[in-house]
Amino acid sequence: MKTADQTLDEILTLAAAHFKVPREKLRPDDDMFKTLGIDSLQTLDLLTKLENHFQVELPDYELQGVSDFRTLAGKIQARL
Amino acid sequence: MTTKDTKVHEGKATSAGCAVSTDALSWTLSDGVIELALHRAPCNELGSASLEELEKFATALQRMQPDAYALIIYSELKPGFCAGADLRELYQRSQAMEKAAAAKGVRDFLERIHRVLNLIDAAPLTTIAAVHGVTFGGGFELALACDLIIADKMTRFCFPELRLGLIPGFGGIPRLKRDLGNAVVRDLLLTGRSINATKAQQIGLVSQLVGEGEALGAARATAAQLGKFDRATAAAAKKFIKPIPHEELRQEMDLFCELFARPAVEAGLRKFVESSDAQPYLP
Repeated sequence: MKTADQTLDEILTLAAAHFKVPREKLRPDDDMFKTLGIDSLQTLDLLTKLENHFQVELPDYELQGVSDFRTLAGKIQARL
Repeated sequence: MTTKDTKVHEGKATSAGCAVSTDALSWTLSDGVIELALHRAPCNELGSASLEELEKFATALQRMQPDAYALIIYSELKPGFCAGADLRELYQRSQAMEKAAAAKGVRDFLERIHRVLNLIDAAPLTTIAAVHGVTFGGGFELALACDLIIADKMTRFCFPELRLGLIPGFGGIPRLKRDLGNAVVRDLLLTGRSINATKAQQIGLVSQLVGEGEALGAARATAAQLGKFDRATAAAAKKFIKPIPHEELRQEMDLFCELFARPAVEAGLRKFVESSDAQPYLP
């Protein structure tokens, strides 16, 4: 079982790699959309990457209102 | 094959095959395999222009069928297979018309796209949707008209219509029910959530799950296998196992039109079209 910190770290690493952003530029409480510069279609891409990586199913309506990596990590952690 | 229409940019026909390209689509026939490529940015939204081109393809498909045993439909665009109906066009057109005219326009559009999808659904050759990325709404419904869905692992399937106060209108409900059953339809329809390709394979929607960017290659490999079989036998097998749910398709269309007349739909479409939200494709 991953810890919440491990989950968060893996999300940041995965997002940095997928959107080609330096990992050190991403912080847990950053606004994902602004930091990554992504739109809703790219957000779905990120969701799919995360589901595949963590082998969980995260309904996209659970992302409503989620704007920072830490909250996103919490949603995923709850399904691990 | 005729290529006389002015919207057809290029085309050639030989006894061995043909190639045609229009604004939103292009198709080829080579060695018994038809490939229909979607390429209308941003994500192959289906509006009146795309429908017109799909109708041309459907006409061409009927001509090509004697020379083909497989059809592959795929997208050349990075965001995905197809994001569904062109909601901006739907909203703008409905705003520019009287309510009765807008309702008639919607029904005409649905009748036309149903004709196209029914032709693909019942085509006497094996049809494969090679999908990736966003496969939403009408795009999902296009894939459901095909016999097999081959998906790369970044694909997402969704019926988002309830968010707009609507239901799928291109035949998605009866076709998904035909293929997978009522419970799966209820889950996707009533929650409006999207599912990834892994989940879609688990429930039997996706026949092959492949790596990112590999769906078309896998579809071509599958088509090559199909070419080994007797075409008449394959066509008879398909006709036996894949009936077109005509009555339910009609009922779905009627319900869509009934719902479309409600003010909630106009409000939902306006919200989508005018949204500056970073997540208009999320519920």
